[in-house]
Amino acid sequence: MRDVAVVSFAQSATRRDQTRNEVEILLPVLREAMAPTGLTTHDIGFTCSGSSDYLAGQAFAFVSALDAVGPWPPIQESHVEMDGAWALYEAWVRLQHGDIDTALVYAFGKSSPGDVARVLSLQLDPYVTGPLWPDAISLAALQARAFLEAGHDEKDLARVVARSRRNAVGNPHAQLSGDIDEATLLDEPLYADPLRMHDCPPISDGAAVVVLAAGDKARELCERPAWIRGIDHRIDVQALGSRDLSQSASTRLAGEKAGVGGRADLAELHAPFSHQELIVAEALGLDETATSINPSGGALASNPVMVAGLVRIGEAARRLSAGEGERAVAHATSGPALQQNLVCVLEATS
Amino acid sequence: MSGQLAAVLGTGQTKHVAKRDDVSIAGLVREAADRALEDAGLTYADIDAVVIGKAPDMFEGVMMPELYLAEALGAIGKPLIRVHTAGSVGGSTAIVATHLVQAGVHERVLTVAFEKQSESNAMWALSIKIPFSQPLVAGAGGYFAPIIRGYIRKADAPLDTGFQVVLKDRLNALKNPYAHLHQPDISMEQIIESPLLWDPIRYAETCPSSDGAAAMVIGSERAADASSRPVAWIHGTAVRSEPTMGAGRDRVNPHAGRDCAKAVYAEAGITDPFREIDCAEIYVPFSWFEPMWLENLGFAEEGTGWKMVHDGTTALDGDLPINMSGGVLSSNPIGASGMIRFLEVANQVRGTAGEHQVDGARKALGHAYGGGSQFFAMWVVGKDKPK
Repeated sequence: MRDVAVVSFAQSATRRDQTRNEVEILLPVLREAMAPTGLTTHDIGFTCSGSSDYLAGQAFAFVSALDAVGPWPPIQESHVEMDGAWALYEAWVRLQHGDIDTALVYAFGKSSPGDVARVLSLQLDPYVTGPLWPDAISLAALQARAFLEAGHDEKDLARVVARSRRNAVGNPHAQLSGDIDEATLLDEPLYADPLRMHDCPPISDGAAVVVLAAGDKARELCERPAWIRGIDHRIDVQALGSRDLSQSASTRLAGEKAGVGGRADLAELHAPFSHQELIVAEALGLDETATSINPSGGALASNPVMVAGLVRIGEAARRLSAGEGERAVAHATSGPALQQNLVCVLEATS
Repeated sequence: MSGQLAAVLGTGQTKHVAKRDDVSIAGLVREAADRALEDAGLTYADIDAVVIGKAPDMFEGVMMPELYLAEALGAIGKPLIRVHTAGSVGGSTAIVATHLVQAGVHERVLTVAFEKQSESNAMWALSIKIPFSQPLVAGAGGYFAPIIRGYIRKADAPLDTGFQVVLKDRLNALKNPYAHLHQPDISMEQIIESPLLWDPIRYAETCPSSDGAAAMVIGSERAADASSRPVAWIHGTAVRSEPTMGAGRDRVNPHAGRDCAKAVYAEAGITDPFREIDCAEIYVPFSWFEPMWLENLGFAEEGTGWKMVHDGTTALDGDLPINMSGGVLSSNPIGASGMIRFLEVANQVRGTAGEHQVDGARKALGHAYGGGSQFFAMWVVGKDKPK
């Protein structure tokens, strides 16, 4: 495989953004990601984006977002109706052909205008489960119950939340941060048993942009590129009764194929719910004592839907490029209760 | 040619109809996928990854339906990618699958596209008013009618050109068992007398609303060489996009379409498309788009595409047969329509197109477009392995 690296990353401050539409949120982030590379839209070989029409409540949400790129004269471009992490995967595949050296990847999503927990119910099969309208938080709670019954303690969940809030203090893009001890968290009332409000993600609007480059082009554009050493994604069956919710088989498999090998200085795991971080870390064989997990605060600190997975790759790459480590694991998830998972192993050396 | 060689190993599609109330969405896509695998002489165990495409999720009311469809497509434990590039999506989806093979990531990829339009109403799903955006008026026809009027004026085209295109495509559809519209008694009189929907588009000149799915197995050179079935070699793929609105945009003859055609011909080593391409399936949802795309694709000089309609060049027995299957005018499961174009030309060069086979077809073009004539996806397939 051809060596491809993340050479630039930018993200918006995530919050409920009531005054700007998706294009307005995306445009400054695109500018910010392109600036350090010196590239313009027409230096880019391939552009790929990820988003969902159902967040905007309109068909073709990605069509107007493309205006932010300025595709004139016309460009080579594609779109996945998935988290932007999968757009990055498609761009990585395209760069393997060898005829182009750079790719632009972006994702955007506004969760705040609708009731996102109910909107996500529309991902369920439309005949059997969907008509019952189980919302995303209730489904996560079912999974959390299965996880606790498999031999875990709610103190583990509080520990994840406390670390996320603490780590997010240093992340200007995070929505929730602070120094809260685990006992205080456990004093909070249950929200969707066994989950408390803080075990669930905030409602976030946002956008993120990654610039990829291959080989010498990456070295030219970035002092310390974050090289993609392995990337893979897998999907589990959706039906909740057909899989063990306390584990993530697809994460485990993707991690093996991507070559995680249980080794990383830092890991950015896309876990919108506290228990999911523990399930993903276990599936990837990552140990909290050896690996800094979610140094950004992760999706519990800010969760722009369709964007948060790409942010994990961007955050991991940015930290490697800044010298915070030499090897990182980034993970993205999609679908109810961790149904689909992508794992990316990144490395940077001086 | 970028990357490694790839070929179509098998194809499958459903009989396109107005309403498939005998199957779920999963049942519909499974039917096409089963047929593609059977045609390729393969099983789900031979497949490394699945790439699925469809037009807006609002057409069925299921958000990211690939999550639920993963099981029906045999994708559990495998990579699954969902593409959405508006009306061009069926073509773009096949191209993403091709790229996975050309990049050397996978040996055999199953690619599927579908729409089950009867689950909702596509016209009104397309007509949601977005604050501060130009409304589509009422469905795609409301958007495209002024562009067609622009073409008629610029090309000074005879007003019956659109009627001729419909008559040809609906007669071709009679030779295609999978086509939605089978109208054995179709006549010019019937077309002319059909109601005017969006001036100058008459009802008979519009595509139907269909439930349907299409699937292909794309394989590596090794997989194609090992196959006992006829294969279609992929000689070139290209995608191009431009904005919906902007000063200087020519919506009659879009820049992105011209660039995309040039790119796909260059990759396939084609210098004279009219002579070198034996037949083409192009995305014609409203009759007049046949002459417009003939020009955009470089088969005709600007302003002369309509002449090829009138002199029979694009007929099944003409010099450049277009939409031998009956085209989008005869079947339109939106998300699958682009893939059906790609699949039909693959079958032409494999020699497996059946009654609508063009004799001796060796090289053919598949074309899809979407959005406001702004997203383009094309491929050239051939009987022979690219040199």
